[in-house]
Amino acid sequence: MDTALRFTVLLLTLSFGAGLQLNYIDDYEEEPKEEDVSADSKYGSLWPLPQKIQMSEISFKLTSSSFKIVDAKESSAGPSCSLLKDAYRRYYEYMFGSSKRQQLNKRRRTGPSELTELQVLITSPDSDCDGYPSVTSDESYELSVDQPYAVLRAPKVWGALRGLETFSQLVFEDDYGAKSVNATQISDFPRFAHRGILLDTSRHYLPIKVILANLETMAMNKINVFHWHIVDDQSFPYLSRTFPQLSQQGAYHPYTHVYTPADVKMVIEFARLRGIRVIPEFDTPGHTQSWGKGQKDLLTPCYSGATPSGTFGPVNPILNTTYDFMSQFFKEISTVFPDAYVHLGGDEVDFNCWKSNPDIQKFMAQQGFGQDFSKLESFYIQRLLNIVTSTKKGYMIWQEVFDNGVKLHPDTVVHVWIGGGSNDEMGRVTAAGYTTILSAPWYLDYISYAQDWQKYYKVEPLNFNGTDEQKKLVVGGEACLWGEYVDATNLTPRLWPRASAVAERLWSAKDVTDINDAFNRLSVHRCRMVERGIPAEPLFSSFCPREYKEFTS
Amino acid sequence: MHKGLQTHPNFYFLLLSILQVGLNTVEAVWPLPQTFISSSEQYRLNPQTFYFGYGMQSAAQPGCTVLDSAFKRYFSLIFLDLTSGYGALRFSVDKPFSVEISVDRDDCDGYPSEDSSEKYNLTVSAGRASLNAQTVWGALRGLESFSQLVYQDDFGSYFVNKTEIEDFPRFQFRAILLDTSRHYLPVQTILKTLDAMAYSKFNVFHWHIVDDPSFPYQSRTFPDLSAKGAFHPMTHIYTQSDVRRVISHGRLRGIRILPEFDSPGHTKSWGKGQSDLLTPCYNGGIPSGTFGPINPALPSTYTFMATLFKEVSSVFPDSYIHLGGDEVDFTCWRSNPDVRAFMQAMGFGGDFTKLEAFYMENIMNITSALNKTSIVWQDVFDYHERRSSLSVVEVWKEGCYLCEVRRVAKAGLKVILASPWYLDQPGPSHNWARYYTVWPLAFKGTEEQKKLVIGGEVCMWGEYVDATNLMPRLWPRASAAAERLWSDEQQTSNVDKAFPRLQEFRCKLLRRGIQAEPLYVGHCKHEYQGI
Repeated sequence: MDTALRFTVLLLTLSFGAGLQLNYIDDYEEEPKEEDVSADSKYGSLWPLPQKIQMSEISFKLTSSSFKIVDAKESSAGPSCSLLKDAYRRYYEYMFGSSKRQQLNKRRRTGPSELTELQVLITSPDSDCDGYPSVTSDESYELSVDQPYAVLRAPKVWGALRGLETFSQLVFEDDYGAKSVNATQISDFPRFAHRGILLDTSRHYLPIKVILANLETMAMNKINVFHWHIVDDQSFPYLSRTFPQLSQQGAYHPYTHVYTPADVKMVIEFARLRGIRVIPEFDTPGHTQSWGKGQKDLLTPCYSGATPSGTFGPVNPILNTTYDFMSQFFKEISTVFPDAYVHLGGDEVDFNCWKSNPDIQKFMAQQGFGQDFSKLESFYIQRLLNIVTSTKKGYMIWQEVFDNGVKLHPDTVVHVWIGGGSNDEMGRVTAAGYTTILSAPWYLDYISYAQDWQKYYKVEPLNFNGTDEQKKLVVGGEACLWGEYVDATNLTPRLWPRASAVAERLWSAKDVTDINDAFNRLSVHRCRMVERGIPAEPLFSSFCPREYKEFTS
Repeated sequence: MHKGLQTHPNFYFLLLSILQVGLNTVEAVWPLPQTFISSSEQYRLNPQTFYFGYGMQSAAQPGCTVLDSAFKRYFSLIFLDLTSGYGALRFSVDKPFSVEISVDRDDCDGYPSEDSSEKYNLTVSAGRASLNAQTVWGALRGLESFSQLVYQDDFGSYFVNKTEIEDFPRFQFRAILLDTSRHYLPVQTILKTLDAMAYSKFNVFHWHIVDDPSFPYQSRTFPDLSAKGAFHPMTHIYTQSDVRRVISHGRLRGIRILPEFDSPGHTKSWGKGQSDLLTPCYNGGIPSGTFGPINPALPSTYTFMATLFKEVSSVFPDSYIHLGGDEVDFTCWRSNPDVRAFMQAMGFGGDFTKLEAFYMENIMNITSALNKTSIVWQDVFDYHERRSSLSVVEVWKEGCYLCEVRRVAKAGLKVILASPWYLDQPGPSHNWARYYTVWPLAFKGTEEQKKLVIGGEVCMWGEYVDATNLMPRLWPRASAAAERLWSDEQQTSNVDKAFPRLQEFRCKLLRRGIQAEPLYVGHCKHEYQGI
């Protein structure tokens, strides 16, 4: 009845050393003990693994009544830096729990083995406290856990946020429930600057609460980009101030299934406080069915024979009104979203409707495009790129735009997503001198039985033929969770801890590849996420000291 | 970036059409009743003038625990928007509406069993609905159907249409298996699952309570089993009162609780709290320090098992018990000289299946002496020579599972089918159709043989499942199997027709707080608000 027989493949991957069982009586070999797979890693539960770690056997106690996280005197971020103040409280609560009674026992002296303070020191004159994170933000930090107090040193607040997460991961609970931390020296920085997660709010609407909870989880995994695939064919939940009809007509519901300007602001600020960039994607000219409901004449009317069929195709690239609309629309977007980049999509354009439309055919002839509709797509994209450039934004595009030979600005980020041959594509894109990010191996909406996190973990993003200069152009990657089969009911357990595997690949050193050590650390990391209220699913048969019990009904 | 190749335009159009039709589609009940006639004549329901009541002729009358608590439950499920202050909402101008329940037998204090009738008739007309059933269990199914007939218009008013339903289950045994050994499931999660099971008219909770990784059942007789064999002796256990709570929660919903104590394999965790129970494995003539299946060669084993099953059969009221018997690895037995000596003495030669059959036979004798009907996994049937001692066989292996069903039925034994419903393998959830297009009786056999197929079971094994992901992985895919097991096969053979109904049903589940995942692109009026 059990799954073991049915999934021999799984069994093979898990049975380190359980050889063939031969019919000789004394040739019995032990079965692997399922329940014991999760052993302790010498790196405890650190995830993603820092670049340099020295841990000692000496440990200090922490008590909720005396432990504090404070600004170091010399820190350039003063008492007014609410980003850090928020983070101090957040991590204090993660370490000690927010609901527990905080007993202030003044008579109790702190013992010699107690750690009472974590001092946070921002070393650069400008802490970036009130700024937004960017692709060039310094996320490095140094953490020294020792007496009389622990010190977290970082040039910018962004590094301090990462270091606070690391510190909270060093704290563990002994058998008596007391919190302890080992004397530790850590020097850490990310391998890649762009470590993203894509969520799709068009195929299913995601309540704000779900987005925020996942931003929170991203911070636990040192993910620093939320790629918000906010609209698509199925629905247009973004409430535009300039074109309110877009969501009024194009959302699943005009009030309950939209993101108001206040919602968007909340997401951006929530993310900023965790060092996460919010990059919106407004994908055109394909994937725009929902745009057409609230914006007349934007989409191409498809023809059946000589008459309009009543259906619509991609954005109509031959009308000036299209570009007027796009100018106004992206002007709004550039003010709403502070990030220096906007994702313009450009993928999977279906040419059939364009082909069927006589006006488009005429236009093609006038422009001398012949029957090459990718030239028409290029024509559209180039004008769009000029519009977006005029709003002082950089842009990201899906790989087809590059493949189709559209003229791009040198700072364009090309997003590689097509599975099979993605290494070659990385080679081509970087050879042409473009910055790139990788998603092809990290489509987390594809699910399979057993431990597929290992597959994501084993990816090496720079495993393509190219010069060192080319490899420097790879700024990172993104895990994509497309929304066809995902909504608030199943998103969080489907994303975590699978996306954590991607997070370590993008943060930690290239040689951090020990899958057993990763399993051990990730098992504890997932229990930590569960304890922090995130329903991260299990890796394998196991238990967490505190199981997930959250219910809303 | 998307999965252009994977999209299903036909599904998309279907979806559009269902959204336009809205909530008051015909045939709004899942699983589909055997006979269902409804008209567009609608009656408005006002929570202030809505009543459940017992018919004059009903054998059950006020004070019937099962129905009294069902009225309370279904009132809240029908009027989902109600908050405590609803009384102030508006002056009642609506005519009263009463649902009158009549049952032939007063089985209010009993437990549902393998031969409980779940048949009911429901007539909804102006001002009243009458629900007739032989048993309270049938009445529960009828209440569920009635609650699904009620819908809200855009202004929040509640309506029900004129309807006639005659309904009964196609199969008597419609089960869901949860595995609380590979991951511990908090009691809340189990209770929530029982709630959702009732919404899909499942009637058996197969509790795979212990296995190799952990032993969370806290035994009165052998407390060391969970003290040493659970993941944690205090937090990761089911106490006797937890078990009673599950049984009682199930009973009130017409759900039987079927415990499984799987042996002789899958028992590693038992060994921690019960010494000399498992077979010591040998390596090169000396004990290797590891243990295999239960030791069938020692008399103490059977004394222990008899005592344990005596306890189990008094704790769990159901007349069935699942004895497991699957996937026994003979390597360890083979390595053990005492076991080999026992084989010799018994004249089993080198055939370890005989040893296993010997063991199972002993266990089944123990449980039948306790008046329990035993269910075993198909492995036991496959190697057992004396099949007459078996009673119910559960078919779980892949491949031609109907061939196995046929073999079991031909041997005159009852069959439960689980093979096509292993839901622990995750989606994509459009795979719901895979669980829907299963034809359990599509094998060559006599009418008598087909009657031996008593039902089917959805299995949610626990290797990759715990409280974080159980609900969306189980629902609404299990509901697809539920319709296959309840409804008439001919009326429910079309996936395209079922899709919009299931889509709507999953929104109903969401509205009731069940974290059911989406079937495809789309939305529900009330989305899930957790994370």
